[in-house]
Amino acid sequence: MYCRPPKSRKLKPGEIQMDKHDNNDKTIFGFWVYLMTDLVMFAALFATFAVLRNNTFGGPQAGELFSLPFALSETLILLTSSFTCGLGILSARSGDKNKTILLFASTFVLGTAFLAMELSEFSHLISEGNGFQRSAFLSSFFTLVGTHGLHIAAGLVWMGILIVRILKRGLTDSVLRKLTLLSLFWHFLDIVWIFIFSIVYLIGVI
Amino acid sequence: MNKEHLGHGTVRSYLTGFILSISLTLLVFFLVNLHISSGHITISHELLTGAIIVLALAQLVVQLIFFLYLAGRGSSARWNLVVFLSTASIVLIIVIGSIWIMNHLNYNMMSGSNMNVYMQNEEGIHK
Amino acid sequence: MMAFIFGKLTFAALPHQWYTLGATFSIAVGGLGIAVILTYFKRWKWLWKEWLTSTDPKKIGVMYIVVSSVMFFRGGIDAGMIWLQQALSAGGSHGFLTGSHFQQIFTAHGDIMVFFVTMGLLFGLINYVVPLQIGARDLAFPFLNTLGFWLYVAGAALINLFFVLGGDFAATGWLAQAPLSELQYSPGVGVDYWIWSLQVSGLGTLLGGINFLVTILKMRAPGMTLMKMPLFVWTSLCSMVLVISVFPILTVTMGLLFLDRFAGFHFFTTGFGGNAMLYTNLIWMWGHPEVYILILPAFGVYSEVVATFSQKRLAGYVSMVCATIAITLLALLVWLHHFFTMGAGADVNAFFGMMTMVIAIPTGAQVFNWLSTMYKGRIRFFTPMRWFLGFISTFTLGGMAGVMMAVPPIDFQVHNSLFLVAHFHTMVIGGALFGIFAGLTYWFPKVMGFRLNERLGRYAFWCWIVGFFTSFVPLYILGFMGATRRLDHYDVSTGWQPLFMVSAAGLVIIACGVSLQIVQVVVSIKQRKQNLDTTGDPWNGRTLEWSTVSPPPFYNFAIIPKVASRDAFWEMKQNKKSKQEKMQYEDIYMPKNTAMGIYVAGFVFLVGFALVWHIIWLAVAGLLGATICVIIRTFDEETEYVLPAAEVAKIEAGRNTNG
Repeated sequence: MYCRPPKSRKLKPGEIQMDKHDNNDKTIFGFWVYLMTDLVMFAALFATFAVLRNNTFGGPQAGELFSLPFALSETLILLTSSFTCGLGILSARSGDKNKTILLFASTFVLGTAFLAMELSEFSHLISEGNGFQRSAFLSSFFTLVGTHGLHIAAGLVWMGILIVRILKRGLTDSVLRKLTLLSLFWHFLDIVWIFIFSIVYLIGVI
Repeated sequence: MNKEHLGHGTVRSYLTGFILSISLTLLVFFLVNLHISSGHITISHELLTGAIIVLALAQLVVQLIFFLYLAGRGSSARWNLVVFLSTASIVLIIVIGSIWIMNHLNYNMMSGSNMNVYMQNEEGIHK
Repeated sequence: MMAFIFGKLTFAALPHQWYTLGATFSIAVGGLGIAVILTYFKRWKWLWKEWLTSTDPKKIGVMYIVVSSVMFFRGGIDAGMIWLQQALSAGGSHGFLTGSHFQQIFTAHGDIMVFFVTMGLLFGLINYVVPLQIGARDLAFPFLNTLGFWLYVAGAALINLFFVLGGDFAATGWLAQAPLSELQYSPGVGVDYWIWSLQVSGLGTLLGGINFLVTILKMRAPGMTLMKMPLFVWTSLCSMVLVISVFPILTVTMGLLFLDRFAGFHFFTTGFGGNAMLYTNLIWMWGHPEVYILILPAFGVYSEVVATFSQKRLAGYVSMVCATIAITLLALLVWLHHFFTMGAGADVNAFFGMMTMVIAIPTGAQVFNWLSTMYKGRIRFFTPMRWFLGFISTFTLGGMAGVMMAVPPIDFQVHNSLFLVAHFHTMVIGGALFGIFAGLTYWFPKVMGFRLNERLGRYAFWCWIVGFFTSFVPLYILGFMGATRRLDHYDVSTGWQPLFMVSAAGLVIIACGVSLQIVQVVVSIKQRKQNLDTTGDPWNGRTLEWSTVSPPPFYNFAIIPKVASRDAFWEMKQNKKSKQEKMQYEDIYMPKNTAMGIYVAGFVFLVGFALVWHIIWLAVAGLLGATICVIIRTFDEETEYVLPAAEVAKIEAGRNTNG
């Protein structure tokens, strides 16, 4: 009933299918659409935070919990990592393998620093008794900021894998495409952080 | 291989975006710090909230243009922009809709004493 | 130690009630039966290679339809139990179900019918038909397609697993509202099963949504601009836009509920500042667009069917597209009409009431366009057309009920009454399900290569439509008489019992209809040699899928067609374009089969199962397994194979001499 693929052959090494130039376009667009679904997810978390921001159940409010200088440092670190990531893509496109690795490694280090700061803030809050079980406000804070942190962690894992691949196989076309997707992801996370910084920390403390 | 879809941008455009973003971040931090250190009286609460949101949106636009090339020409950049704007509308519906609805629901859930406080503060009705 | 290995899982979870035992037995017998048949006919390898690991959207589409049909029986049995209970349980008699069991049944019934039957059937149709209609060979991301299907299966497996291990499903209604679904009031694992079966299948749906969207936007045949696409493609596109827009909200909401239950968070709890009304707000923000996700592709099917069987071009193509887009946008602005009575006050209720009324306008425009297409057409009364006409009668009735309830003061009277229940069943059955039946009977010859028995199809339709009205008109009346939904027992003095019994009789008629549909398929298979579809175009169709053989070759089109107008195939036939011209075949690149989708979904299933039972090590292991599989897949550079032009020519030539 269904035709079976009879005599087919494998792609020759380096062979690109005729409409493959559309492949980059399709994949990048598809990834962009996925990022938009991620954006909707963050929107729901932001809406939850906005609704529950004053439900502290008698506990401390945002102004008493958050340190602005700390949040500013986190912001500047992540912003810089977004910049190095962008420069990394430029080097990758121009074929400079070493510079690409250096720039993405810097992005990795900065991202890890950001995550470490965030984890230290979380553990500090929890140890003081202001963990996610304390109130609806804290539940939504930990979830919103924590989800962003999980995305950053996933991005770092992805980055590590791609750096290793560049070291092993060089800047092939497929690696270049994956780096582009990663950079989209990384820039997107920085944009989400702008809103977390503004809405959770800044508006929280005024 | 067609590298056209892998994005445009130069060192200069990234640098511009980076500097603009840092400036906006430092600016908003400075404003908030000013407000707090002067005992929350320099700028009104509503105005400052508005300023924070405006500056955040400005930085969003900067990053969209300089880091994500959403203002580029070409059909793929155009589609990305369309998809982004649609999603942004949905984000607004979700956030603003939820805040509006939940605020009103809280209104009907208020106890008697809270109701008096609400009437005084929000509606200006003094018993 | 035991708690670490097994979490909350104990022997008490094994089936010991009559219904869990019965269900476990059926699952075991069914599974064993299939295994025996496969072994006897030595078809395991064939099943694995030809179907389970396939990336062909045609095969995946058929698999979606098969799994959904099986789930349909489960949901139908649930419906039967509800009907029977409500017909019998008045006054002194308390029927045959306990209150708690009854609650689990209506919860499961709703979730299965919405998530696993309707969504599955629609995804099946879209998978099969859309690539053919746009002149493409596959979807944009074949791996995501198989992964999405297997995640759907994993979700279905989880929602059936509670029969075997767990016993009690959620007793909270199909959307598990807080605070009833919080740990305090639902301490068992039922709600957790609910959460994780829907999260897993929801992930599959989201991936499918991305896939279909990119496919439709980026892989149309040359010359097919957006305004030349068939209406089924347009409605599928808009439906997927809604999927992408709102499924993440469902993911978040269920995730927050799970955090409350699992880790002591306080989003929706009664206390610690939690706000249960926020759950209602968020879940309906997803829930309302979801029903439009279900109905839009059905509208698309109707557009195709009406045009083909009136032998006329669809009237008002542009206005149909605009109406579809309008419905898509408005669907995102009406969700509060599901909780007018929760107390948001007049301004909020007024806004959402008005938007809900407005959404009836583009829908009405579509109905008029369909009727206008029929006007002065030469109508052929085949089964798909009958389903369309059935839809017109039922949907108009139910739609008017909906516009009534859009008015908040009326809604305050009928909210959560049987009037509401009758309304949404009219929409889902009369609108979506009839559309699915129309689509299945319409495209059956294309998929199978032979036609369905028309007479049995006619009888089945009449049983369904008569049964439907017999079942649901009494519910409208009961709603006005004050009967609330989800009642497992009521007083005889209400006078409701006769109507409940009429409604139950209607179910029996529907069951006859379903039986006839099964018989129709069986008989058609037996009579297939007499009803072969030799031309590929049994209905004198208008769109590109009819230009292929039935069933189409695995690559769909040997040569990608060039499109010049709407109703592309019709135009080709009018211009008498010979299919023999231009035999310039090229190499075709096709995606390979892959088992990775099954493996990833298997690991995700383990994660869901582990989280239900709080088996942390298993959840972590499952997550690691799924992640590693995905990473391995991304390292795979050889995901395609090439079909040389010479082979294509051979297949096409073979077809021409045989057909």
